[in-house]
Amino acid sequence: MLSIKNLHVSIEGKDILKGINLDVKPGEVHAIMGPNGAGKSTLASVLAGRDLFNVTEGEVSFQGKDLLDMEPEDRAKEGIFLGFQYPIEIPGVSTVNFMKTAVNEHRKYKGLDPLSASDFLKLMREKKSLVEIDSKLTNRSVNEGFSGGEKKKNEIFQMAMLEPKLAVLDETDSGLDIDALRVVANGVNKLKTRDNATIVITHYQRLLDYIVPDVVHVLYDGRIVKTAGKELALELEEKGYDWIKEENGK
Amino acid sequence: MADINTINKDFADLFNQGNELLLEGSSDVMNKTRKNAFQDFAKLGVPTRANENYKYTNLIPAFDHPYNVNLRYQQVDVDLNEIFQCDVPELDTNMVLLTNGWYYGNNKELTELPKGVIVCGVQEAAEKYPEIFNAHYGKYAKTDDDGLVALNTALAKDGFFIYVPKGVVIEKPIQVVNLLRSDRDLMATQRNLIVVEENAQAKIIVCDHTLTHHKYLTNSVTEVNVARNAIFDLYTLQNQHLNSVILNSTYIRQESNSNVLSNTISLYGGTIRNNHHVILDEEHCENNTFGMYLMDRDQHVDNFTSIDHAKPNCLSNEHFKGVMDDQASGAFAGRIFVRRDAQQTQAYQSNNNLLLSNDAVINTKPQLVIDADDVKCSHGATVGQMDEDALFYLRARGIDEKEARQMLMFAFAHEIIDKIRVEPLKERIDELVDKRLRGEISKCNTCAIACNH
Ligand SMILES: Nc1ncnc2c1ncn2[C@@H]1O[C@H](COP(=O)(O)OP(=O)(O)OP(=O)(O)O)[C@@H](O)[C@H]1O
Ligand SMILES: [Mg+2]
Repeated sequence: MLSIKNLHVSIEGKDILKGINLDVKPGEVHAIMGPNGAGKSTLASVLAGRDLFNVTEGEVSFQGKDLLDMEPEDRAKEGIFLGFQYPIEIPGVSTVNFMKTAVNEHRKYKGLDPLSASDFLKLMREKKSLVEIDSKLTNRSVNEGFSGGEKKKNEIFQMAMLEPKLAVLDETDSGLDIDALRVVANGVNKLKTRDNATIVITHYQRLLDYIVPDVVHVLYDGRIVKTAGKELALELEEKGYDWIKEENGK
Repeated sequence: MADINTINKDFADLFNQGNELLLEGSSDVMNKTRKNAFQDFAKLGVPTRANENYKYTNLIPAFDHPYNVNLRYQQVDVDLNEIFQCDVPELDTNMVLLTNGWYYGNNKELTELPKGVIVCGVQEAAEKYPEIFNAHYGKYAKTDDDGLVALNTALAKDGFFIYVPKGVVIEKPIQVVNLLRSDRDLMATQRNLIVVEENAQAKIIVCDHTLTHHKYLTNSVTEVNVARNAIFDLYTLQNQHLNSVILNSTYIRQESNSNVLSNTISLYGGTIRNNHHVILDEEHCENNTFGMYLMDRDQHVDNFTSIDHAKPNCLSNEHFKGVMDDQASGAFAGRIFVRRDAQQTQAYQSNNNLLLSNDAVINTKPQLVIDADDVKCSHGATVGQMDEDALFYLRARGIDEKEARQMLMFAFAHEIIDKIRVEPLKERIDELVDKRLRGEISKCNTCAIACNH
């Protein structure tokens, strides 16, 4: 479903991703771990279409289409969802209006009519309960004044509303308390089907107790330097990244 | 191109040659004020950029044009009431029309106004209600300070007069629609007076509106006195065309415990200059001065404001926001004076601008003159581009770029709309601003808030 080949990305002349190769198939869960500054968020942003970054080499295809050629909104409508590491506050834009516009854009793309006001509210209600997010939050402007954890929950709520084929969750677990972590992980698991896939970027093994990955990758200095099963996460938790760094000559 | 001396001399000629017409039909008080005003104008002239207060707005091109001037009321060959039908039932107002600065002769009678409320033309008011009129006319808009005010007062013949007696609460807003309708390029002088007595409450909506595509220049002055405990709202909607010049000076005086909110929304016009002066002349007043401007192409807007805390214990909040696109240019000046004995003053001001193109410019200048020591004041100005992170966030959810930009611009502007204290008006302005930002109001032969024709 997603195939990344030899992806090189730079920003302001500085190379950040230095040849990423990754294949994700429907139904799979991939975890990407790695030290700070390795390029995890960069990879996620490039998949979502952030134009701050320059792709200098390589290819990315999603469901057979050239992803790099698409605008961010079209990638979203094709089924890619980025759960932001740092969700943006947008004062003055109501969550309801934001979600209604987004959902209807997705529907339009699929050739469906916009949802009626009551159907939309029904959908909101249903998804809100799935991620146990309070109406107090969804009645406000997008992320405005939300706590760190609330912002992360809101990302999962949006994901639930949009039902993506590939979700890339960038440190959705950081800043969550134990209960919220469970709720978020449950949300992700409930939304899982045989046809969609998830990439979770995380620093912590504890998330992977809830969202069990099929594969764990270590991203270090712009490259995927190790790929293994879920036991790799445990090993990293125990030993840190020094051994990875040593193996890679630093 | 004419220089400023020629322009000033033309006005002198107009004043002298048209003197008989200027005096005709105006009360003695108006004419006496007129004479003094003209002397002041002879000294001041039309302000040029050499004048610090007009540094960012060049009025010479605005005035350098052979305008027609009507020193007498011109009969209107159609029924403006017919042309102007309110098509927004939720926005129920007491509506009166003005044509080219004059109170329209065939205005429908306002039958729903509470007893004692007066809505009429200035000429009529000067004659019929001299006690009220003379107590306020020319008292707040001083002619020795600003050439535009001097010019207005020298040429003033008519405008609207609104009087709200003691203790009277007008539920339904009064809507004044200023229509410019001429078959020739025209300069209109409009002089308005609003008197809100103790414990009274009123909301006034003023819409500026062009009916033909001629070049118009409007030089209007509005004086407002808000007495003790009164609550007063003034909403001004400027929606003309690219070939029009709006010079709009408002002088508001507040007495103790009064509460005033003004919101000046500039949607369309070639050159717009708003002078907004407030004096908090007794204790415990609250003043809210808001404004919004949405400019593109070669439009120019200049909001020049001053809030004078003359007495202690008053609160003022001022917030202007603007969205500037293309080659549009603008300025904001916010002066706050806190006089020496005006202790316990709270004065807040901010001006935020969103620039959508590299060619748009805005000059923003707060100026605080504080002579008291126990005050809370703050001011802040920002000029920025659209938040790229926010834009990406919206797009990453599938919202296309154009719509995402629209949502962000609207959110930016909405903060000012949100201050409107008339719910249906707020909704109507929301819609209008949304359309304006989508570029769907380009001609403005549609009345800003309520009317279709
Ligand atoms: N906008 C930017 N401008 C300049 N450098 C950037 C920018 N964004 C990212 N970088 C740099 O790219 C590198 C990779 O950053 P990235 O955010 O992808 O790391 P990460 O693996 O997600 O780290 P973390 O675990 O801390 O989230 C870092 O060195 C970072 O400083
Ligand atoms: Mg990161």
